[in-house]
Amino acid sequence: MTDSTPDLMFDLTLTDEQRMNRETMQRFASAELRPLSQSVDAGVNPARDFYPKTAELGLTLLPIPEALGGAGVGRSPVSNALIFEDLAHGDMALALGSISPLAFVNTLLDQGSEAQREKFLPLFCSGEFKAVTTALLEPRATFEPTAPAVTATASKNGEGYSLSGSKCMVPLGMDAELVLVIARLEDGDAAAFIIEGTPPGMTRTAEGNMGLLGAQLATLTFDKVQLPASARLGDSRFDLQRFIDLGHIGICALAVGTCQAVLDYVIPYCNERVAFGEPITNRQSVAFMIADIAIELEAMRLMTWRAAARAEMGLDFHEYAYLAKQFCSEHAMKIGTDGVQLLGGHGFCREHPVELWYRNLRAIAILDGVASA
Amino acid sequence: MINLELAKKHQETFGQVMMLAEHMMRPYSRKYDKEEHTYPKEMEEVAKLIGGARSSATGGSREPIPPGTVVNGGNMGAVVGLFGLCWGDVGLFLGMPGSGLGNAAITAVGTPEQVKKYGGRYAAMCITEPGTGSDSANISTTAVADGDEWVINGEKIYVTDGDRCDTLVVWATLDKSLGKAAIKSFIVEKGTPGCEVTRLEHKLGIRASDTAAISFNDCRIPKENILGSAEIATDAEGRKKAFGGVMQTFDNTRPPVAAMAIGVSRAALDMARDLFKQEGVELKFDKKPVNSGAVEAQLYQMEAEWQAARLLVLKAAWMADNKMPNSMEASMCKAKAGRVGNTITLRCVALCQSLGYSEQHLLEKFARDSKILDIFEGTQQIQQLIVARRVLEKSSSELK
Repeated sequence: MTDSTPDLMFDLTLTDEQRMNRETMQRFASAELRPLSQSVDAGVNPARDFYPKTAELGLTLLPIPEALGGAGVGRSPVSNALIFEDLAHGDMALALGSISPLAFVNTLLDQGSEAQREKFLPLFCSGEFKAVTTALLEPRATFEPTAPAVTATASKNGEGYSLSGSKCMVPLGMDAELVLVIARLEDGDAAAFIIEGTPPGMTRTAEGNMGLLGAQLATLTFDKVQLPASARLGDSRFDLQRFIDLGHIGICALAVGTCQAVLDYVIPYCNERVAFGEPITNRQSVAFMIADIAIELEAMRLMTWRAAARAEMGLDFHEYAYLAKQFCSEHAMKIGTDGVQLLGGHGFCREHPVELWYRNLRAIAILDGVASA
Repeated sequence: MINLELAKKHQETFGQVMMLAEHMMRPYSRKYDKEEHTYPKEMEEVAKLIGGARSSATGGSREPIPPGTVVNGGNMGAVVGLFGLCWGDVGLFLGMPGSGLGNAAITAVGTPEQVKKYGGRYAAMCITEPGTGSDSANISTTAVADGDEWVINGEKIYVTDGDRCDTLVVWATLDKSLGKAAIKSFIVEKGTPGCEVTRLEHKLGIRASDTAAISFNDCRIPKENILGSAEIATDAEGRKKAFGGVMQTFDNTRPPVAAMAIGVSRAALDMARDLFKQEGVELKFDKKPVNSGAVEAQLYQMEAEWQAARLLVLKAAWMADNKMPNSMEASMCKAKAGRVGNTITLRCVALCQSLGYSEQHLLEKFARDSKILDIFEGTQQIQQLIVARRVLEKSSSELK
């Protein structure tokens, strides 16, 4: 509370631009994401066919400088958090996939070298969807995102690196043309590498998970994959913590949108559901559970916004992003499980989307290194 | 533009209040916890220093706000001040002249003459009765017009600072058969014949603040001492509006009570983290909570809950400053901060083991003090009820 901050008023008012942008996102989410949500989850419709539609949103175009063909609006973690929230209200899995290229672009803008920006960013200004992603998680129960085990060994002649190890839960992992892989150098420092295509030694395996089917999560395995020195992101040390923190903001925003979907669904359902001769929401045990969803959801949103706004203003935001992630991880799941509970047996059946949200929200505590806002 | 940092002036307020809290309140925390009902005279100095800031707690400007302007005003200043003062000591704050809810009510609904005459007094609020708690529409204390006077009869309990105050705001009904529309509030000066403090409660916490039972036996006060109109609305709409006006006081006072919970739980967290630091356990925010030790993981969780509750309080106060209706948000922040404040203070005791339980430190006191904050100004359950009715669009007859 004593940080030096610009003298701004505490304010929760969206800018006109953010408000208009939200309307667009919300319309798109309800028209394009929500109707596909359950069929993609059931494997009836492939998510692959959906993603090209997101090109009309111009997500990756916005932050890229005009000189490189973008709209030059600049990167705004707050606006990104709002976009992620609104898309996740439609479907969290499809939202995660839709924003993965933006997360890649954001990281490149944030930590890439001049040469890398010039090389890669124009690819995102064509008006077509490019499957591109970031990879941090690894398949271990004690995995710690700040200490990845995938290793990047510098070759003796200093001309490149050899990458070995496995990444998992990589959004769009099967299709991604570019993957930003976070690895550990021999000296223990973290570094990020841009992998183009599927070089020799790299294998992609589609995953089956509890949820998030639409995000096309995959495990990427690297067996002595040879990378040129130019593949290493940035000119200086990769700031892994910053990458994780900006991802926390994005993941929290996905949680907020999904939990809002839960709340918006249980209110009319429980108001209409009659038991013992009256709507079940006439009973405090049911009504209070819904009140608590509303309370904790609002708190999740404010925690997320605070971290995002601090990041946007250039203030230190590490602890805020950390605590937002902690808070959203816990309460998103509580809201997910209460959502099913409120529908009872109907909630357990796949006819209603609450079981899908339950499965997707379990991922909030697990995801890292994706959705960089 | 979204910004959840405090304006500079409120950061400064907070810094100043924290100085007062640390140097002028904390040194007396244990003393007045032990000497229950003793008037903490040292707090008069603190009250004087914060006087100006506090009187705007629920009032603020009544001027309309020009469109496009954002106000960070009296409501935000009040909660920020309370974060600090109640970090110092919530019991001592409540036992301070002028902190009573009576002042809030007079400022919020009094006529200019009433505000002028009583605004600077030490006013306590008399609502609860032996048979009426959360159901404040059910009170039995009566006010009967008699010539130029009102005659008040009844018994009030849980009057915070009821003994040491000089003025009372008393809720009474003009005609119980007419229900809540007939409930009005009245200003009674202490010392008026028929008004008597009959008992002081012995409590779990906030012992520095006296909690009185007060009886009114044919207590006669001037006609002009009614707060608001003496009319009893006859139609449903009017009845709802009349009582709504009385209840609106709570929209203004709930965020401040929530702010008290933020203050006391911050105090507990700071103290627990200090004790752990001395024994080599620190929060470094460098690993996922699940990859940290159990104590660290719990501290992270409490920090997150604390921040969340604090932001809900700031939001409710910000809405009030900007003249947005905030009844639901006021209840949301009170519900969240009330339970979080209690949970954090209790868990800090458990985490610090015998040090937490011992009177050597203040953790056990914080854990006792915090409980009331989840009860007065509407219990946890009353707040949930208010939020639920809003969210579900239910009337009080549907969702009881």
